Amino acid sequence: MSKLRLDQAQIDAARAAAAQIARTVHAEAMTRTTVAVERATLRLFGLDGVDAEDVPLPNRVVSDLLERGLLAHGAALPVAAAMQAHGLSIQQLGEAVVAGTLELNMPADIAAARAEAFRLGEVACARICENAAIRERSLEAAAPARTPWLYLIVATGNIYEDITQARAAAEQGADVIAVIRSTGQSLLDYVPYGATTEGFGGTYATQENFRLMRTALDEVGEKLGRYIRLTNYCSGLCMPEIAAMGALERLDMMLNDAMYGIIFRDINLQRTFIDQFFSRMINAYAGIIINTGEDNYLTTADAYEAAHTLLASQFINEQFARLSGMPVHLMGLGHAFEIDPAMENGFLWELAHAQLVRQAFPDAPLKYMPPTKYMTGNIFRGHVQDALFNIVGSATGQHIQLLGIMTEAIHTPFLQDRFLAVQNAQYIFNTMRDLGDEIEFRAGGRIERRAQAVLAEALSMLQEIAAIGMTAAIGRGMFADISRQPDGGKGLAGVIARADDYYNPFPELMLPGRARAEQGMVPA
Amino acid sequence: MNGARPGADYIVRPYGDTMNDGRVQLSFTLPVPFGEEAKEAGRQLALKMGLENPAIAHAEAMGPDFTFLVLYGECTQGVDMSAIVLDQPEFETLDKARLDELIADSLGRKLVVVGASIETDAHTVGIDAIMNMKGYNGHKGLESYHQIRALNLGAQVDSVELVRRAIAERADVVLVSQVVTQKEIHVANLKRLRRELDKAGLGAEVIVVVGGPRITHELARELGFDAGFGPGSYAEDVASFAMHEWLRRHGHQRTPAQETNDT
Repeated sequence: MSKLRLDQAQIDAARAAAAQIARTVHAEAMTRTTVAVERATLRLFGLDGVDAEDVPLPNRVVSDLLERGLLAHGAALPVAAAMQAHGLSIQQLGEAVVAGTLELNMPADIAAARAEAFRLGEVACARICENAAIRERSLEAAAPARTPWLYLIVATGNIYEDITQARAAAEQGADVIAVIRSTGQSLLDYVPYGATTEGFGGTYATQENFRLMRTALDEVGEKLGRYIRLTNYCSGLCMPEIAAMGALERLDMMLNDAMYGIIFRDINLQRTFIDQFFSRMINAYAGIIINTGEDNYLTTADAYEAAHTLLASQFINEQFARLSGMPVHLMGLGHAFEIDPAMENGFLWELAHAQLVRQAFPDAPLKYMPPTKYMTGNIFRGHVQDALFNIVGSATGQHIQLLGIMTEAIHTPFLQDRFLAVQNAQYIFNTMRDLGDEIEFRAGGRIERRAQAVLAEALSMLQEIAAIGMTAAIGRGMFADISRQPDGGKGLAGVIARADDYYNPFPELMLPGRARAEQGMVPA
Repeated sequence: MNGARPGADYIVRPYGDTMNDGRVQLSFTLPVPFGEEAKEAGRQLALKMGLENPAIAHAEAMGPDFTFLVLYGECTQGVDMSAIVLDQPEFETLDKARLDELIADSLGRKLVVVGASIETDAHTVGIDAIMNMKGYNGHKGLESYHQIRALNLGAQVDSVELVRRAIAERADVVLVSQVVTQKEIHVANLKRLRRELDKAGLGAEVIVVVGGPRITHELARELGFDAGFGPGSYAEDVASFAMHEWLRRHGHQRTPAQETNDT
């Protein structure tokens, strides 16, 4: 049910340009690996825990391999071979490396090591599939969540306090709970361990915290007859490891953007493109919906002037997701309601953009972000801004609505702030349930012309990027007005060129045939 | 207005629909199930807060374990306006054109401003509002000033790195933004920056201004900085303070020519 008259040829051309951009980046990324990809591989094999100094064992083993010059071959081969040779579990192997009682080497029989690594990968995949099956069964048994889903955040810094607030939010009507991460975790080159009670502006993403929250949401969901989805952040220097942890602990959504870390966290560009492929592949395999981070562009760039950069980025994120084997129903492409409320007709431009994105990506579960930049201490006006945001979300068929909180500019949400946000959304979603079906945009009117202009600009931007290459585009600050260089940023030291015999079992196990074929991989 | 006149009615109170009625509204959550007991607990709490005639306007269950309350009551306290003393930086806010002119006349070169959101704080919204070309709410940022060289280092800048850049760029002014304040992390971050500035011997030379939603001038001064700016501050406020402070440190009577030699 197309509403705005958009030029389908322009949409197709934009998609084609984005595909070219993503393929070029991806081809280069696949010549290297990163410490985070290799740590994630070991985590999928089942390695967990920390040493006496709280350094995670995946970090210890990968550092050991790096020092021995073995990481270019991939962690899987020497680790699988040593496990087989010494009859060790992955955990025993990690402990032996820490104790200094085991020397990892490249195996003499590569084929045998590959077979063992593949077998370990199959065990991991079986567990992830079982999680996906549990999710499917729970969703079938539960009352279906109607879209837009009500997505609420908790951010106390203490996982136990988060659980109290998340349970309350679920009782109040939340469909999705996101545990906001402690500020600064994206730049840690390791994943903290265990249950944590101290965080800043959020709670550390740890596997134990994932497990605790999952259990709590399953309990409250069962009581309510609903399935409460759980979200965390698959971003930063440990992006692939967080994906592995999320797949093992049955998260349902992950914030996961192909370029966010480069632009907003100054994480090295090469590192990010390698890590995002691996993490997105795991998310896709685990049935986890990704949420891309285009809304963030608008915290630095202007929502009206930079609207086309969001659309361009969504096309790029879509194509990276495709290369990672992700089906479209898991691509939660992000955008936001961030136009200056003082702008005349600003609501029209918000409506135009949300409808444009809906039509450009008709099958994607779009993630719609609330006003943040222009929220103030005036909570009463803030509640109205959030109401307008909810109207657009409802009328344009957004899928995942991150609910605006009226105290956004003041503090992490109080229990009552979330409650009022849910009431706001439920009121609007209910009374305007079918409004979107009733709207026809005036042909050639302001809203349609605006959407057409943004689409044309996005196409022209994508074609320019396709011509100059992604690295140059990021270098020129084409996204969010921020410029990054290929050899700058954090985490470059963790990027390693792959040796000819590099092996990792997971692409073979996780990528669907289409994605494997497109990458020139041998069919499994 | 009452507050503007000396005398007995110089005491100011909340104004609902009758002058000095002291009517206030408040809302909060009690971690108890909704019911008459919860409402009574809310009412008694308001009495203990010193509100007279507290009335529950609305009470509602937020799930089985929590109650949301909206109350009105009468505040019996008042404040003597004549006794109010503010701790805020003293300067006159000039507009962009005047500031450019003043910098050109006083320094004979560009004013160098280095800014960042420091340590773990990943939020650039504050520093961007002050520094970036576009500014905020129609107030252009420092990058748009012809006589200011504005370097915005962005988010999560380590204090040591900020000090290093301030020295390398020969900064006149350092701007620091702190948005995340949970568990007082902004205070810990700012203390660390202060130590690094002192270690580098930049204590007296560079004007250091702190900003953020929970930053007050009082807090900034307490932590050893020159000024603190909270919400509602714009680039021209910060630049005006910086120039005011620069002129104070260098003596008003100097000629532009002497200033040029200084650098």
